[in-house]
Amino acid sequence: MATEHVQPAETWNWLTGRFTLDWIPYQEPILIGTFLGIALGGLIFLALMTKFRLWVPFWKNWAISIDHKKIGIMYMVLGFIMMIRGFADAIMMRAQQAMAAGGAEGYLPPHHYDQVFTAHGVIMIFFVAMPFVTGIMNYVMPTQIGARDVAFPFLNNFSFWMTVAGALLVNISLFIGEFARVGWLAFPPLSGANYSTGPGMDYYLWSLQIAGVGTTLSGINLIATILKMRAPGMKLFDMPVFTWTALCTNVLIVAAFPVLTATLALLTLDRYMDFRFFTNDFGGNAMMYINLIWIWGHPEVYILIIPIFGVFSEIVATFSGKPLFGYKTMVWATSCIMVLSFVVWLHHFFTMGSGADVNTFFGITTMIIAVPTGVKIFNWLFTMYRGSVRLELPMYWTIGFLVTFTIGGMSGVMLAIPPVDFQLHNTLFLIAHFHNVIIGGVVFGVYAAVTYWWPKAFGFKLDDRWGKRAFWGWFVGFYVAFMPLYALGLMGVTRRMNSYADTGWQPYFIVAAIGAVIILFGILSTFMCFYVSIKNRKALACGGDPWNARTLEWANQSPPQKYNFPQEIQVTGRDMFWKMKQEGFKWSTDYAPIHMPKDTATGVLISACAFVFGFAMVWYIWWLAIVSFLAMLAIGIGHTFNYNRDYYIQPDEIAATESKGAAA
Amino acid sequence: MSNDHGTHHAEGHGGHGTFGSLMTGFAMAVILTVLPFGLVMGDTGLSREVLIGLIMGMGGLQIIVHLVYFLHVNKNVEQGWTLVATIFSVIILVIVLAGSLWVMHNMNQNMMPMPDMDEMMSLQSQQG
Repeated sequence: MATEHVQPAETWNWLTGRFTLDWIPYQEPILIGTFLGIALGGLIFLALMTKFRLWVPFWKNWAISIDHKKIGIMYMVLGFIMMIRGFADAIMMRAQQAMAAGGAEGYLPPHHYDQVFTAHGVIMIFFVAMPFVTGIMNYVMPTQIGARDVAFPFLNNFSFWMTVAGALLVNISLFIGEFARVGWLAFPPLSGANYSTGPGMDYYLWSLQIAGVGTTLSGINLIATILKMRAPGMKLFDMPVFTWTALCTNVLIVAAFPVLTATLALLTLDRYMDFRFFTNDFGGNAMMYINLIWIWGHPEVYILIIPIFGVFSEIVATFSGKPLFGYKTMVWATSCIMVLSFVVWLHHFFTMGSGADVNTFFGITTMIIAVPTGVKIFNWLFTMYRGSVRLELPMYWTIGFLVTFTIGGMSGVMLAIPPVDFQLHNTLFLIAHFHNVIIGGVVFGVYAAVTYWWPKAFGFKLDDRWGKRAFWGWFVGFYVAFMPLYALGLMGVTRRMNSYADTGWQPYFIVAAIGAVIILFGILSTFMCFYVSIKNRKALACGGDPWNARTLEWANQSPPQKYNFPQEIQVTGRDMFWKMKQEGFKWSTDYAPIHMPKDTATGVLISACAFVFGFAMVWYIWWLAIVSFLAMLAIGIGHTFNYNRDYYIQPDEIAATESKGAAA
Repeated sequence: MSNDHGTHHAEGHGGHGTFGSLMTGFAMAVILTVLPFGLVMGDTGLSREVLIGLIMGMGGLQIIVHLVYFLHVNKNVEQGWTLVATIFSVIILVIVLAGSLWVMHNMNQNMMPMPDMDEMMSLQSQQG
């Protein structure tokens, strides 16, 4: 099993580039098993789609849709699918480390193991967490501000499909070639041309670049939406907190992602054109890469968590039955975090040697950024205090988050002390810390958002029993899986180990593996919950406002019509929907025509070409790269000549859909 | 889509500046271009460091002149959002550039190979 890996010979021909059949990993039983599983599942899926004639509805209603709600849902589906892949990597690592002690080699050879941990990190951040938060912002934010769609609906569709193209490129590396073996941030010189031969590292670069286009464009789009598309009368300080956090997040995306793009572009030049930006010789400096990638990397973790803070703010206020405590401090805390997230990046490499004064500065800024986060925790607690708290599913996740995230935040403040960091850098303590904040923060938050806004999106609540099982699986599983890693980290166990000599560590790793299995139970319960709820959707059906909510997204029908609101809403203050309910608001039946954008396939087509382009660049198939790149340009330019982009929904049609109600 | 919302955010489109403001900008841009050239070409007797500082400073002023007079960044355009966005971008740029210079300077001082190490390495490579 653990045979020495033989890298296929480097050859090149004009037709298939450096791809040869040796790059199909048919000698790896695990990959072949996975491939057969996915191929079989895929075939069954394709057959079912064909049998029930779902291809045309999928294409017409979803793929080419530029409705922000459908795109939001597709982002969530992408996130959940990729979470299965990322979690499969995770449980493989846990199993390997539970086995490979005291001379045992485990079942994953290093060559494969290194790909697994790289893929796990890349997938979980870029193709799980990012689609999740983008999806939630996409679905919720426009309806919260009383808009009909985002500012640039076509761009939104294009952004989504570019993310999908990047995700596909990562997944195809499983069966054609290999993935990078460099850790999720691909530090040179290991990721440079000399030490990472083969296509793995290039899969990494091109999938992130292609997905990054989508992320950046979606950031611009959502900022424009918040600044330009608010319902009349809605001042900035009337916006729901989630919209505020969405604004800060997207500002961070637009400010930070170009740094990632530029850094990866420089590394690409190093690898493809023999440049020397990050090499050890000829004037290159690998430390510059680490500096640059963390200038993006630290804002990135706030890009993930800030919208989640917004999610919890909405949920806590709704289920406590009172306005959020300290709305303005919440907004200012978020803005402070937004700016401060740009002055802490060096804490990721205290040990690289910039000296005491630099380390002190960044250690202190890191501790300062914990202050506004603490402010938020107290705001949520004080919102619940003396509120009539209803313990529904979203509140389970919220309380789980408050406890777990606080622990994770405190281990973060510990790591912010440079001398402590010198002990803990690159140990499992760090791994435990960031999983503590990402699972306890982002994952719990995404689940809270899904359970909270599911009735909005589909018109029925999620099954309570399976929903709670999912919560307990994740909650208990998290502690069982990651508390042992804190302990191991304090013992000095480093991350990314394929095997280790000290059998004294093994019990901890076995407990951690059991924790991963409990999380697996949580994940399976999630899908069971979706299945059971969809099956019982008649019994679980609820009205437009099942939670007695406070913000505008609940003012229309659930699920909303494609135009969101039959009329424009005149906003007069904060928590507008609550106000409307107090005043006994009713939609009038006097409708005006609604101007709507038309669906277009351009986004799907350009992204498909981008996928082919990425694949061609990975394998040095230059002719295909040129053809697909020209195709992208041609389709994009062609789209500018499409003048048939919009239509009006006439009053009688609005009256018909409105009177039918949400069930239709 | 924008038609639905076009009525309530129309206030304050900053226009394209008057002839006078454009000429002011042009004059300032010319001065800020000629001065650095003059400083370098004429024999001013200033030290190299001072010269570099002056030129960089005038480059910075030049950027501001372009933003204000040619790109019409002021607090009236788009309800002030253009100004806010510009200030935010400048803050981030300053943090990233100054921070990177500071960090990398310290890294290079502490971590880059010493001169004698270069000799050692070249000796090694000669020996093959």
